[in-house]
Amino acid sequence: MSTEMDVVVIGAGPAGMAAAAAAARAGASVAVLDEQPAPGGQIYRAVEAVQRNRPADMSFMGPAYAHGTKVTEAFRAVRTDYRPGATVWHIGAFGKGKRRDVVLSRAGVAETISASHVVIATGALERPVPIPRWTLPGVMSVGAVQSALKTSGIYPSGKLVLAGSGPLMLQLAAQLIAAHVPIEAIVDTTPPGGLARAFFHLPFAFISGETLLKGLQLRKTVMNSGVPIYSGASHLAAHGEGKLSSLSFTSEGRDITLDADVVALHEGVIPNTQLSRLVDAEHRWNDVQRCFHPVTDQWGETTEPGVYVTGDGGGIAGGLAAERSGTITGLAIARRLGLMEDSARDLVVEEQRLRRFIDSAIRGFLDRYYPAPSWIGVAADDVVLCRCEEVTAGQLREAMAHGCSGPNQAKSFLRCGMGPCQGRMCANSVTEVMAAQSGASPDQIGAFRIRPPAKPVTLAEVASLDAG
Amino acid sequence: MFQRLTDPSRKPVSFRFEGQEIEGAEGDTVAAALLAAGITSLKDAPASGSPRSPYCMMGVCFECLVEIDGAGHQQACLIPIREGMDVRRHLAVQNIGEAVAGDTQ
Ligand code: FES
Repeated sequence: MSTEMDVVVIGAGPAGMAAAAAAARAGASVAVLDEQPAPGGQIYRAVEAVQRNRPADMSFMGPAYAHGTKVTEAFRAVRTDYRPGATVWHIGAFGKGKRRDVVLSRAGVAETISASHVVIATGALERPVPIPRWTLPGVMSVGAVQSALKTSGIYPSGKLVLAGSGPLMLQLAAQLIAAHVPIEAIVDTTPPGGLARAFFHLPFAFISGETLLKGLQLRKTVMNSGVPIYSGASHLAAHGEGKLSSLSFTSEGRDITLDADVVALHEGVIPNTQLSRLVDAEHRWNDVQRCFHPVTDQWGETTEPGVYVTGDGGGIAGGLAAERSGTITGLAIARRLGLMEDSARDLVVEEQRLRRFIDSAIRGFLDRYYPAPSWIGVAADDVVLCRCEEVTAGQLREAMAHGCSGPNQAKSFLRCGMGPCQGRMCANSVTEVMAAQSGASPDQIGAFRIRPPAKPVTLAEVASLDAG
Repeated sequence: MFQRLTDPSRKPVSFRFEGQEIEGAEGDTVAAALLAAGITSLKDAPASGSPRSPYCMMGVCFECLVEIDGAGHQQACLIPIREGMDVRRHLAVQNIGEAVAGDTQ
């Protein structure tokens, strides 16, 4: 089956919803494809259902999450061809830079939507945190615990340890505390001296006054909660036979081991570049956030004409900024489709840019206060980087000694990045390790090339394409 | 390992995992309902066969792959439970035999 559209938006988080709404309001035909069963993305995941079915739970989720209700309402108010539960696995160029075929599967049936403008709004993923034995059942990410709380109102019932650094971990801690969920300990890997490190960015943080205040409030909640906090932690390692039993680490010169049933790891978020890599757009390494992001112009267009990346997928700026970026991209497309004048577009765009500046001014401060981890490139030899194929940092280094010169060769040397997740969980670490080992910059090292299908599909699904 | 926070008026939904009857609540993803039922490991790693549990709960890590109603390679963290659903573990051997990885270069 094949459909023609003006715009295909991939992802229904704040950026995708805003882009779709802006373009559709101007009169464009817009398809919105999203993996989740409901709009919201990760940040506002399941917000409609929580509001509807468990309104009492909204109170401990906090104001930042509650904002999602407004965003999803605005999205629902506009007419789009919204398809939840859809997995996009290919974006094919067709007629040199003119239209693109977006191939998706829903409930095991594949179909194609062709569009002149494709917006990738697949947001961020948590930076994978390759510590020793992080593959043990019981080791999860902070985002995973938060997702379970959002979608199903479930929480870890045994000994729960939060370990890592960054605003998301703080937010989860505050949510759990407000929900009276016991936390065994918080192992904070933020290096000491945060204020000094981020000092010159502090004035800008005040511009995002509201976000700063909310953040300080979260911090206060956590500090006053009585949950033990181990600060300046490093050298985290999970332990257990068949499942997690403890977490060891060093904090303020002491070696500590804590019993744990669940450890939730977090070291910030990074752009999900799977689809922008799939279309061969150019990417660049951000040395502060230690991750790749696609190169985009002021409208979010990548180096591949007609393909846009908007929101955190284009570089981490946060959920509020993502909403603004989405609107800007949606309006730019509406203009290009001849649905509005420059003047009408610019009127809204200028306001949105100003708002985005205010919303994201705190980012420079956050990026320095909670610096991206510097140890991943020098992870111990026995640490698994590629969880799917169980490839260790040591094996990667050995392959390099035998002439493996980049991530794409590592695939043929080691099958690294070739399992079901197709490198989502190891791409960043592989680049880090190869850069550290060779002395080359991450930009020189590059990252896995992504080939279709970008998600595992069955032969039956591929065959269903031809049948339509 | 996981427990339900509140017991709201959400409709109970029952399905099967490895033939065993599991009760979840409407709106649960398969992965969440299984975690709440005390089932932590949904698949084994293909190479070593060691057990794995959901890591990301957002469709990224593929550590939650299960078979649902006969269709393999389904991400349990993305799919809501339905009444009467038949969910099965992916065994290590099966993973190798059926792996449909995207990249064949
Ligand atoms: S738990 Fe990571 S993909 Fe489902």
